[in-house]
Amino acid sequence: MKISLGPILYYWPKEKVEAFYRDVADSSDIDVVYLGETVCPKRSELFLKDYLDIAHQLREAGKQVRLSTMTLLESPGMVRDLVRCIDSGEFMVEANDMGAVFLAQQKGVPFVAGAAINCYNQHTLKYLVNAGMQCWVMPVELSREWLADILSQDVVQDIRSCFDVEVFAFGHMPLAWSARCFTARSENRAKDQCGLCCINYPCGRSVTSQDGHQVFILNGIQTQSGHRYNLINQLQHMHGLVDVVRLSPQVEDTLLWAKRFRNNLNGGQNYCLGEFESNGYWLKLPGMSRMESVSHYES
Amino acid sequence: MELLCPAGSLPALKAAINQGADAVYVGLRDETNARHFAGLNFNKDNLQEAVRYVHASKRRIHVAINTFAHPDNWALWQQAVDAAVHAGVDVLILADISLLAYAAEHHPHVEKHLSVQASATNPAAIDFYRQFGIKRVVLPRVLSMPQVRALSRTCDMELEVFAFGSLCIMAEGRCYLSSYMTGESPNTAGACSPATFVRWDEQADGTLESRLNGVMIDRFREDEKAGYPTLCKGRFSVGDELYHVLEEPTSLNTLELLPELYQENIASLKIEGRQRSPAYVEKITRIWRQAIDLVKESPDHYAVREEWNQVVSSLSEGCQTTLGAYHRKWK
Repeated sequence: MKISLGPILYYWPKEKVEAFYRDVADSSDIDVVYLGETVCPKRSELFLKDYLDIAHQLREAGKQVRLSTMTLLESPGMVRDLVRCIDSGEFMVEANDMGAVFLAQQKGVPFVAGAAINCYNQHTLKYLVNAGMQCWVMPVELSREWLADILSQDVVQDIRSCFDVEVFAFGHMPLAWSARCFTARSENRAKDQCGLCCINYPCGRSVTSQDGHQVFILNGIQTQSGHRYNLINQLQHMHGLVDVVRLSPQVEDTLLWAKRFRNNLNGGQNYCLGEFESNGYWLKLPGMSRMESVSHYES
Repeated sequence: MELLCPAGSLPALKAAINQGADAVYVGLRDETNARHFAGLNFNKDNLQEAVRYVHASKRRIHVAINTFAHPDNWALWQQAVDAAVHAGVDVLILADISLLAYAAEHHPHVEKHLSVQASATNPAAIDFYRQFGIKRVVLPRVLSMPQVRALSRTCDMELEVFAFGSLCIMAEGRCYLSSYMTGESPNTAGACSPATFVRWDEQADGTLESRLNGVMIDRFREDEKAGYPTLCKGRFSVGDELYHVLEEPTSLNTLELLPELYQENIASLKIEGRQRSPAYVEKITRIWRQAIDLVKESPDHYAVREEWNQVVSSLSEGCQTTLGAYHRKWK
């Protein structure tokens, strides 16, 4: 199993992003790196050219690099950016919208289908493989059982060697995208006068219920899980199903966690998850749930 | 410009048709339907009765089979498509690629619309779905009026927009908030904030707390009107502020946008609310019929009537309405 690093979902200053990827280049625990802005087209610390510079450095350091596209494409300008990203040609693209799938398919370039692409069954999966998909990032809300169900279907058997399965396994999960910017709203700003205030929240803004539980994280137009998803104790049960496990960059300790994941790919160590961590979706439970015992679903 | 009204039951369907809906949309009584609510929707028998009633009035009936098919039970979705076609419906509303491909191959002559759950917001995404022979795209409620206009002018595709009803604040088909809290989402179970997970707790001081699978969604003083705990409409805290972090309980209302939508050749105005009562559907359909007739007759002299506003706000969540994403400022 490979370990990937998803795109940075938060809005970080350029220097911080560059420093982060210098450390990534030096890490032997990361195999695949996704680069790009997937949340908000206004964020302007880095442009495609900057990401390509980082991509070249990471490739020289031996990483597989992929470019991630915007998730909610609302304007013609955003589609033009998408075309530029796909046309850059050197790196595989992670399509996060069907518009990106269409453009990749038309240009005959292979692509990764991101977790926001609605692929819930074997026939849709096969359709995407025929369209050029080489890696499928399963929707975050699906379980191990759902994944195993899909992969065991006859129509998938013949094509299983044509694509990798990737699972979001660490970080706050993107759960929704809106026309509204919740970070701007939280500062009482209009979206078109947001002042790019996301930059003040390198790990998003915490949303708590009236009885004090962290329910969500606001990240611009994206709403994330309040709990940090963490499948470190489930890695040993992914073999044969999952080819790539994805860690989503956090403001601290991302590479430390990558090392822990690397060391635990075959199990061995059982981590005690924190109060604000969860693993529910994988275990066919509500996403916010946390199950300490892992033996019950052994297959 | 078509008036497309919701029907969660035969009485609601008849009310919509009798009040002048050009078309109605319904769903089946199972998880193929993104509005899979207990006690609502249609089985094979009353779907046929619905088709007969609608066709006798020379109107059209759309069937939404708009959740995403499960791997171990894909045939259920396939059978839903076949059953709807067999019942004689006019339009299939689909979101899942596998079902669009199936319907394109096996029912090429049946009109297909792309469900809002497919979340197509741009020309490239719409172009992707053309290969399945879709005739119309239902736009997610995330686009502003200028964005709708731009799509309408550049895309050779019929567009349907939401005109009135509950407001989904997230891009439809890409929202997992409900499964995060309950394990059931619109995509997988046809449910958002499902009622089986709702709990109301009344405290000694009269405060009423609403919870969804144990998570506190809101807390109402005795003098406040308590709303259903749809999780995106809860009151939460960010920093020191307690407020409706994602969205207030309010309804979308585009009555004042009608001339513009008409001018931009929007093919259909969709009224949300298959979970609503026949009386609700009747009142809303009557108003929208009048409004559309008025705008068609004389778009320049159209004005929203005060009596419409009164009825509309009395039927809206929290008695409030908004232009939602159509209005830039809302964002």
